Amino acid sequence: MNKRDFLKDAILFFPAAGVLQALACKAEGKELSASATTGYDQAQHWYGMGVDVDKCIGCNRCVEACKAENHVPDEPYFFRTWIERYTIRAHGEVTVECISTKTPEQRLAEQSEPIDPSVLRTFFVPKLCNQCANPPCVQVCPVGATFQTKDGVVLVDETRCIGCRYCIQACPYGARYLNPYTRTADKCTFCYHRVTKNLLPACVEVCPTEARIFGDLKAKADRLVRFQRQNVISVLKPDLNTEPKVRYARLDGEVR
Amino acid sequence: MKLPEQMKRLGIIVLLFVVIVITRFFLLPETWISARPHQAAKVVREMAKPVQYAGMATCRECHADEYNTKLGGHHRTIGCENCHGPAAAHVANKDDKAATPPKHRDREFCLGCHGFVASRPNGFPQVDGQKHNVKKRCVSCHDPHDPVPPETPQDCGGCHGRIARIKAASTHAPLACTECHQVAEQHMTEPRSALPTKPAQRQACARCHDKASADPAAARSRVDFSSHGRSYVCWECHYAHLPEGTQ
Repeated sequence: MNKRDFLKDAILFFPAAGVLQALACKAEGKELSASATTGYDQAQHWYGMGVDVDKCIGCNRCVEACKAENHVPDEPYFFRTWIERYTIRAHGEVTVECISTKTPEQRLAEQSEPIDPSVLRTFFVPKLCNQCANPPCVQVCPVGATFQTKDGVVLVDETRCIGCRYCIQACPYGARYLNPYTRTADKCTFCYHRVTKNLLPACVEVCPTEARIFGDLKAKADRLVRFQRQNVISVLKPDLNTEPKVRYARLDGEVR
Repeated sequence: MKLPEQMKRLGIIVLLFVVIVITRFFLLPETWISARPHQAAKVVREMAKPVQYAGMATCRECHADEYNTKLGGHHRTIGCENCHGPAAAHVANKDDKAATPPKHRDREFCLGCHGFVASRPNGFPQVDGQKHNVKKRCVSCHDPHDPVPPETPQDCGGCHGRIARIKAASTHAPLACTECHQVAEQHMTEPRSALPTKPAQRQACARCHDKASADPAAARSRVDFSSHGRSYVCWECHYAHLPEGTQ
């Protein structure tokens, strides 16, 4: 084929392919909108989560539930949500460790360790994707695979994601990981498939002490709205202007 | 009439431009231009994902007795699937033995939450797994749906483990908790409805730590209460469970 033929074919091919694609799209067009299929209206909601740090007992049940609900790989370095232990000693030394990477046996063995009197304060902090209102991970995605829904949840389209890891670098909270099986970025979705069916996210469902509270910030009467009103609320890294929708109560100033 | 060569070329350019515009705005599907259709499709796919945890309200439909027992007890905030695991498969098919949620009977399962860990919040009931009725399973004394200690706890360390352990290593170890805190009987059964007091008067500490106090031979730190930190109660600066002299 010479250059002239190639260009002629190309000029014909693109509009023709476009017409076919447009027809195909029209045929399945109705399935593309969420409200048309389920009657769920995204614009009516703006989801958030409250975390009462003083209530977390570090039982790790939320992490296990998240893994079971969302098929997160079992290996102990892939998490959509995880628990950190902060230990603050005299003279201000702070150590942070992720207790979710340990096996239940390891956590049980820790219970027989003697108490350390040099520890001023020690507590657990549940962490997860902050579902930022102004998400840095969405900005950097080169293919538009990660996006914010109208109800304020940041999702990753695994069919578009090219696994470049740019979003993992951009997330200031370390909330994303690369799924080793799909080779795409993965993160907390607030259990989108559950909350749109009026169920609680799996981690909230199993939390024994109600340390996690899920709610809709657009609702007038809502546990989360009430939680925000009754407590002094802080967010992680407020200086980055990401406007996190995971709101912490009784959060120690040392928590990053 | 013959069109000049320039006009022909101009015509081709205009035609090409029109073709491009029509292609871009009318022929090319939106999926080729914008990510929005992909994202809408992703939302639909995400919403269609299967649920593993059925939720407490679903369990109630068949297991109302257990649900109601739990509702009146200390485990009222705990979802059924916290202990019994994801139950959506069980809800879908009650007769499937493989999907029947497990009943945990081992000590380790209970100790996952109720074993002593220093980082757990103050007041959360914790036991020392190596001392607390080692040979017995927890469920032989405690009903998991309505857990109540068989006897009213008298040892504060059951819920205030970190404080008890720290105090045990300090010079204040011989002092009973009630030396400084007044604890209503009600606090033992309904902890939050009657909170223990803290000393409101400096006199609580002055009994032992004032220069003029009795038993001058006893080895303990003393200050002149008339001049030392006058307007403050002692525990506003000193941590009485681990006084500075200990380390």
